Amino acid sequence: MTDILLRTGSLSFAYPERVGLFRRPVPREVVKRVDLAVPRGSVLGLVGESGSGKTTLGRLLVRLLRPTSGGIQFDGVEISRLNETEMRPLRARIQMIFQDPQSSLNPRLRLGVTLTRPLSAYGRLQGRRDRRDRAAALLDLVGLPVGFVDRYPHELSGGQRQRAGIARALALEPDFIVADEIVSGLDVSTQAHILLLLRELRARLGLTMVFISHDLSVVRVLCDDVAILQHGEVVEYGPVARIFNSPQHPYTQQLLSAIPLPDVEPGWLDDAGPIVTSYSQGSAA
Amino acid sequence: MTAALSVQGLHVAIGQGTSSANVLRGVNLELEPGEVRGLVGESGAGKSMLGRAVLGLLPANATITAGKISFEGRDLVTISEPERRSLLGRRIALIPQDPMTSLNPVKRVGAQIAILLRHHLALSRRAALERAAGLLAEVAIREPRLVLGLYPHELSGGMRQRVLIAMAFACDPSLVIADEPTTALDVTVQRQVLQLVERLRQRHGAAVLFVTHDLGVVAKICRTMTVLHAGRVLEEGETVDVLARPRHPYTRALLAATPRADRPAEALRPVPPALIDSLWAEAQRLDRLFPMATS
Repeated sequence: MTDILLRTGSLSFAYPERVGLFRRPVPREVVKRVDLAVPRGSVLGLVGESGSGKTTLGRLLVRLLRPTSGGIQFDGVEISRLNETEMRPLRARIQMIFQDPQSSLNPRLRLGVTLTRPLSAYGRLQGRRDRRDRAAALLDLVGLPVGFVDRYPHELSGGQRQRAGIARALALEPDFIVADEIVSGLDVSTQAHILLLLRELRARLGLTMVFISHDLSVVRVLCDDVAILQHGEVVEYGPVARIFNSPQHPYTQQLLSAIPLPDVEPGWLDDAGPIVTSYSQGSAA
Repeated sequence: MTAALSVQGLHVAIGQGTSSANVLRGVNLELEPGEVRGLVGESGAGKSMLGRAVLGLLPANATITAGKISFEGRDLVTISEPERRSLLGRRIALIPQDPMTSLNPVKRVGAQIAILLRHHLALSRRAALERAAGLLAEVAIREPRLVLGLYPHELSGGMRQRVLIAMAFACDPSLVIADEPTTALDVTVQRQVLQLVERLRQRHGAAVLFVTHDLGVVAKICRTMTVLHAGRVLEEGETVDVLARPRHPYTRALLAATPRADRPAEALRPVPPALIDSLWAEAQRLDRLFPMATS
């Protein structure tokens, strides 16, 4: 039997939505009965379009949100109902990398401080010298020059900032990382470097990851399994090769065929299906 | 046949005096009537800057230091402001990148389209609204009359982009600058929007300069393409040739670094940093030879 690090059972989340100024808010379900099982050392891709609930699901997995119903087992421990104090020892093992390194790195702190904040929060630093050494080791791990310990985030390029975001997530040597759209703002040339870095780190450190993206092409580079989300539900779930080679669900097929591959293909613009849509606003995440 | 747009030796610099830097370094570019040309590059390549220069909408700290932009027998670099105003929106139109911020949030959709038509085509209010409804129907909006009465926030991102496309083609322009019009959209919506741009382009007979970072989008909608890096044209040609047999190492590297849903992970090759460094070094060497920015 495979060793499952993270498992969810019928995981659901609803937030109260105002329907009118004087009406009682009604619950709006954005994650619906999701069952996932992430084997230790594997990478699961969560794919969906805007409003599919993929970011909410990611935040549930790291318990930034408390599920409305359903369970999350992390390494055999049920974490869906734990309070902050009970979560704290586990937080060191569960980390998140955010989409926008610009806004998730403190602009007023040098990288050396930012990268080692998680260590000091858990009392794992021994003095100033240790801080520098640990920060330097983390920078080296993600392929940044060690001299960056004294730099501020604004002195870095987008790709370098994202490497710093990855380094911070690795500081506590977590077992499990959720990465939310971490390459979507990057140029193609930078993006490929980050994807290969993640692949290398995963092999070297034995990381288990959930990789959230709207881009199926990116998911193919990094993930073992992929779950396709639509309106908060997993509509298709399986090994990457199977999903990409023979997608079963119509929505997966639609997503795959909508990706413009860099090949000239006359007629691609003609058979996009019916393009008349209703005017109403889609749901925002 | 005269070109729909001809850019010759265009230099654009940002900043002033010793702190100025070139962002376009002698760009040449030609569009035939009805041609859709992809302008491809990564951030900082100058692709949006080129589009803005054509529109005369460069940021306040940017100046054209050399070159010509010929459009319908006029040089857009030296044209007077009133003349430019009469061209923009009528003969040259823009499809902007961000459908969220490009519409006036406190005006109904109908009023925003109508003002354009009344200004350029001197239509009456009633006739303008009539024509606006027709335009919305062209971009496959099912209930055009109803949408005319809505505010932008009542529309989804894809719908707002359709409204902007309708506005771009409203006065039958001969040139449309599309500045990353689908970057903010989901892939399924992107496909529909690309299809609409192509349909309207055919119907209204405009040439389109399609600014994008996405080689996939170029492959699907552009007949020709120009690859830009550090404000220089590195390669251009028919899209089918450039993508199948890229001549410049940078184009080859970009293609190899683009993840593809139809290929396994092992195919991905990042752009060698040494190549990027050498391209920037070459750009800076040119700057020393022709110090446009400081002149």
